[in-house]
Amino acid sequence: MAQPITETHGSDLRRRFEKSKFQGLVWAIARTLLLLGMAFIIVSPLLVKISGSFMSLEDVYDSSVGWIPRRPTLEHYRVVFQFMNYPRSLLLTTLLVTAVSLLQVISCTFIGYGLARYDFPFKGLVFGCVLFTLVVPPQLLLVPLYINFRYFGAFGMGPGVNLLNTPLPFLLMAGTGTGIKNGLFIYIMRQYFKGMPRSLEEAAHVDGAGPFRTFFSIMLPAAQAPLLVIFVLSFAWQWNDYFYTTTIFQAKNDLLVHRYLGVVQDYMLAFREEHGFDAPFEMSTMILNTASLYYIVPLLALFGFLQGRFIAGIERTGLVG
Amino acid sequence: MRKMSMDTRRALTGIVFVLPFVIGFIAFFLYPFILSLMFSFSDVSVGASGYELTSVGLENYESALLVHESYVRTLTETVQSMLANVPAILIFSLFVAVLLNQPFRGRGVARVVFFLPVIFNCGAVLLIENYDFLTNTLTGGSAASPGSEIVTSLFYGLKLPQGVLGYIMNAVRAVPDIIKASGIQILVFLAGLQSVPESLYEASAIEGATGWETFWKVTFPIISPLIPTMIVYTVIDSFTAPNNRMMELIQNTAFRGMGYGVSSAMAWIYFVVIAAILAFVVWLVSKWVFYQE
Repeated sequence: MAQPITETHGSDLRRRFEKSKFQGLVWAIARTLLLLGMAFIIVSPLLVKISGSFMSLEDVYDSSVGWIPRRPTLEHYRVVFQFMNYPRSLLLTTLLVTAVSLLQVISCTFIGYGLARYDFPFKGLVFGCVLFTLVVPPQLLLVPLYINFRYFGAFGMGPGVNLLNTPLPFLLMAGTGTGIKNGLFIYIMRQYFKGMPRSLEEAAHVDGAGPFRTFFSIMLPAAQAPLLVIFVLSFAWQWNDYFYTTTIFQAKNDLLVHRYLGVVQDYMLAFREEHGFDAPFEMSTMILNTASLYYIVPLLALFGFLQGRFIAGIERTGLVG
Repeated sequence: MRKMSMDTRRALTGIVFVLPFVIGFIAFFLYPFILSLMFSFSDVSVGASGYELTSVGLENYESALLVHESYVRTLTETVQSMLANVPAILIFSLFVAVLLNQPFRGRGVARVVFFLPVIFNCGAVLLIENYDFLTNTLTGGSAASPGSEIVTSLFYGLKLPQGVLGYIMNAVRAVPDIIKASGIQILVFLAGLQSVPESLYEASAIEGATGWETFWKVTFPIISPLIPTMIVYTVIDSFTAPNNRMMELIQNTAFRGMGYGVSSAMAWIYFVVIAAILAFVVWLVSKWVFYQE
């Protein structure tokens, strides 16, 4: 029942085509504005920090100064650098976070692979436990974990070993896939390995490779995309964590988080002692913004370096099913 | 070793792979989990040679719910904002994912920008930022977005029921928070959108479906299985969100307030409430999700 293309039909088609072209243009403009607006909301905290970090005290008081400082200064960078003990705290934090996230990547991949490829008794239960660790809020475990590490290995009977203020709690938890949001990483790796063809392992088996050889030399290299994703996520979350870090390192104040959280208080106190207690709260703003920049710029640099592969990787992980 | 059947050997290998987790789960999850339950019913005193528990029955729960001056308020506020934000985050991230799935110039940059909050807008930085003077003056406060008044007045013009209006108002006010909490969800939905087979779109175009119809009849059913997962993820994410005041309250109660026992009781009430809501919502949503089998 094909309709013959009549004159009216043709012009109707053309009108529809032109209308849709016009609609497309309107939509493109609307989309651009929307995206720009949302991008501004996302990036503005960063811009505020950059702007605030260069402002001098007069600029903060001067209501005619908006985003661009009129009397820019590098003084805050110098002061905060000292207050944060930056080279040392940066080095320590980088070491700790790198070690923890590498351990998390290894352990979660290992566990995820076992769950994806092998059948053993209580497998469903183990996977259920993985998901359960995610649903329980960290608030619930904070105090007992703190006590557990304070009297480690004693199970409530004796003094045990005090692991607080050492990196061991983090390393132990990362190595066993129970660190920050590790259930999610195990889940991602399990889904990814489930989606990989079995023929790879069968070929390795025929060639005489054992299960661990197969895992390390065949499966790991094939899982680069999700490995990178969980590495970046684990690094970023560990870097940003203050909940566990400030609890486990209650005494030692040489990590970036402590330095960062402390710098505002310390500096404010020092400032108030110098200028009396009338010193307005706004004083802290330049210090705060400069310290924030010191805190997040290493992370942003890492993400900037890996972002292309990271975004592509997320699309290939098993999260989507 | 030789006599072992293939299946037994494979099962043993599998157990070796998950063994680290089983050990970690027992030592760093199950044990603290049970300990926490015990703490919540006890008075905990900590000394150099260990800790001691004295059973106090439900006293800690009473202190948390009846004595503590702000726990109940914080609990209702946290749960309320979670209930309001989760649907808003899901709708918003699906919307952005649809936008980012269209071909246009600068799409790659846009994807990176929407993921940025996952990297730098969390944890300690955001915790402190809420108190910053400059952030509040330049962006009109963290709770309000630029131009939110315009949107607000726009919606007042529409004659909507009070409840709907209130919800939209709060959502508009929370726009920055919602955008910042959507990073992962956007990327996951985006990946889901890209997995929709092109042939389905071609078929619906030939049948004469509009873009709107295609979205609801083709795209949405295919990505709907992602929704329960994303609900769970968003709720989990809200536990550790820096604007979750429950976290601060529990930490402060433990180390500077009424002690470990009350703090554990607080955490348990929070957990049970959230778990109940989560179970109910996921059950509800899964009944309605379309599975392509």
